[in-house]
Amino acid sequence: MTTSQTTAAVSNPRPSSQWLITLVGVALLIIGCFLSWSYVPALLGNLSVNFFPGAIQIFMIIVGVLGLFFLLLRKGLFPGAHKLLDSARGLRALSVTAAAFMVLVVIVIGLQAPGLANADPGVFVTLVGALAMVAGSFRMPSDPTVDPITVHLPSWVEILVIVAMLTVVLFGAAYALGQEDGTVFSLFLLFLAGLVVALARAGLFSWFGVIAQRNRRVIMLGAFAVAFLFPFTQNGSDANMSIATQVLIFATTALGLNIVVGLAGLLDLGYIAFLGAGAYVSAMMSHSAFANIGWKPPFLVVVIISAIVSSALGLIIGSPTLRVSGDYLAIVTLAFGEIFRLTVNNLDGNNGPDLTNGPNGIPGIPELEIGSFNFGDTHNVLGIPLGRFANYYFLLLVVAAIIITVFTRLNNSRIGRGWVAIREDEKAAEAMGVNVFGLKLFAFAGGAFLAGMAGSIKAHQDVSVTPDQYIFLESAFLLAAIVLGGMGTVAGVLVGATVLKLLPEKLRFVADYRLLTFGLLLVLMMRFRPEGLVPSQRRALEFHEDDADLAERIEDAHIEAVTPMEGRA
Amino acid sequence: MTTSAPERPAAAAPTGSPVLEATGVVMRFGGLTAVNNVDLRVNQGEIVGLIGPNGAGKTTFFNCLTGMYKPTEGQVKFEGTVLPPKPRAVVQAGMARTFQNIRLFANMTALENVMVGRYCRTSAMALTSIVRGPKFRREEEATRARAQELLNFVGLGRTSEHLARNLPYGDQRRLEIARALATDPKLILLDEPTAGMNPKETEEAKQLIFRIRDMGLAVVVIEHDMRFIFSLCDRVLCLVRGETLIEGSPHVVQSDPRVIEAYIGKPDEDELEEEAAKEDHA
Repeated sequence: MTTSQTTAAVSNPRPSSQWLITLVGVALLIIGCFLSWSYVPALLGNLSVNFFPGAIQIFMIIVGVLGLFFLLLRKGLFPGAHKLLDSARGLRALSVTAAAFMVLVVIVIGLQAPGLANADPGVFVTLVGALAMVAGSFRMPSDPTVDPITVHLPSWVEILVIVAMLTVVLFGAAYALGQEDGTVFSLFLLFLAGLVVALARAGLFSWFGVIAQRNRRVIMLGAFAVAFLFPFTQNGSDANMSIATQVLIFATTALGLNIVVGLAGLLDLGYIAFLGAGAYVSAMMSHSAFANIGWKPPFLVVVIISAIVSSALGLIIGSPTLRVSGDYLAIVTLAFGEIFRLTVNNLDGNNGPDLTNGPNGIPGIPELEIGSFNFGDTHNVLGIPLGRFANYYFLLLVVAAIIITVFTRLNNSRIGRGWVAIREDEKAAEAMGVNVFGLKLFAFAGGAFLAGMAGSIKAHQDVSVTPDQYIFLESAFLLAAIVLGGMGTVAGVLVGATVLKLLPEKLRFVADYRLLTFGLLLVLMMRFRPEGLVPSQRRALEFHEDDADLAERIEDAHIEAVTPMEGRA
Repeated sequence: MTTSAPERPAAAAPTGSPVLEATGVVMRFGGLTAVNNVDLRVNQGEIVGLIGPNGAGKTTFFNCLTGMYKPTEGQVKFEGTVLPPKPRAVVQAGMARTFQNIRLFANMTALENVMVGRYCRTSAMALTSIVRGPKFRREEEATRARAQELLNFVGLGRTSEHLARNLPYGDQRRLEIARALATDPKLILLDEPTAGMNPKETEEAKQLIFRIRDMGLAVVVIEHDMRFIFSLCDRVLCLVRGETLIEGSPHVVQSDPRVIEAYIGKPDEDELEEEAAKEDHA
């Protein structure tokens, strides 16, 4: 896009042909959604009633309304937002999403109805509208936008934006979890992805990013509040809470691993063994009939013992191997994971002490009880029943909060700076007096400590502990969550863990071809966004050594962020 | 710490007590002897230059001094004690260095780079960092203040929040010096501090090194720029093929024909004749 083109587009107030074509497209898109899409009522929710849009028709209406918003934005209707958002890029992404979505819907109707004869005109009206949007928006010149860091809004507006964003996340998550139909769920994901891409292309997320940077504490507390409120939206249903609890335990473990991988830069392929060690210790000290240790201390003591055992294992593995650099650590940790699995498989009294019951594991672990609060019972809070999984969910939320605190505080300290220096240039760090070996060992053992903590809860939540829960594949998934989400960030890991745990639960297809889909996902990530979905800025820089623009932008944002502080001082 | 009288009557009389004493340092890589029996003594408040053609073993000698390599033979004494060949212990003892090919932490800001240099002089460990009591905050503030002070000292005070990789070349060299100074050294080793600099920057670098010396530090400089080295140093050591060719005051080293020969090579017989012919022509 040349400058002359852009200035022409802005200075010309007359509606251009592209604008009109896009407007017609949006209008057709929305009108089509109010018509029937298919004769068959049992398809994709119910799309067979005129003037009563079903779920996926509502997705398209939202797309249409957003498109209308972008079109009005181009005419300067919202003077403030005009500078912030590039409507043409947003429209392009939006129209491609709409077109892809509609093509898929037509295919689904053709396959499942079956036959395109069962499609109503409405679906074609919307499809034509989407194609018209594509035709119009791709000839639209981009708007000149200003860098969001130069825009200052009153802080209450910014906080309002954050609250709105988090509310959307809460209800979006509740809605997604509520979807039973796999096809509708996939279409919802496509819609969501398209929406996210369109808003990102328009520049909304870089603006969000700036706001989030300025109000980090608000974001943290808000996200925690959303997570806390989630069980209350479920009306005591255990189905979704069990998934949410699994997501949370996975995310918590991945957060611990992110200290090792993301902050200290150590590739650990056997992290699940530390989780397993914590779980086994907790199981052996529980009141289960199969537990082989006589001593039954209170749970809080068990948590600490599990964590210490895990970190001791971390020290044993780490101290000989962390002295060598490169890929040796990955291989040794991989081997350690296997050793752990084989060991717990064999400590059944035949080959050694009877500790783990071998392949049978330790079943029948009783529910947790802290004080008089039993985690197995349903408790009513404000008339809303909170079941067994909700109880564990809240406990895990506390553990997650602890790990997040440890993570962020270590990252912003002398130790965190040392880790960055080691990642950047190990030799130079050593020559500047950084205790390279000590810091690596600390990250390794510290990560193991946190995993042991999480494991001790997981044992009770899972009711039984068996060796096949702690296999290499699980370590690989944890690592995949980090790579997908973003190394070295909390938000990234939470996103990555949620995606990786939620998709197989909700989509049969993904569950059957779990390895294939995750592998493909990772390959695509490595090609297009190696720093992950929500990267830490430093990691983004490390992955783009040659990108001078990115470096400039991050530097500007950083200087912007620290300058007011100095001004005040 | 008092040692025998200086063996170099030609050199300018050393003022302070010796900080660094390397004796008989030999570094062999398999069959290759990179450094052969080199002695170096650096006194407090002294600037010593290390020159020699490419591949003479200057940087290898530096690596032996700073614990990056363990010398095959010989020993390195710092303030009278023999140092273990570990970079971290060397820094802890008070010897810091810069690198020939700049090795900054590229994706950290200038300030953070210097703060990493403070690592060995601060002590906050895991629990302190997580709990964040007043002690942690005091130390963190002191680290930041000291880093900013050092950046001001080398003339980078205004670019403290810029990423190291975005800094101009000359500033990166100065940032490396600030980072080395952050370790509170008594001796600083600079490996080609003016490589790639223009004359103005070179002059600024010279003034900076003088100011560092005036703070009471001893300085050892590797450099190829002869004008720079002879106007800067109190004493110059010339290495050729891993061996000491000559050591003495800049004046002595500068006028030694062997030094010129080592750098430019012996004038060739044919070339001499050619030149003579040319002169005849003129």
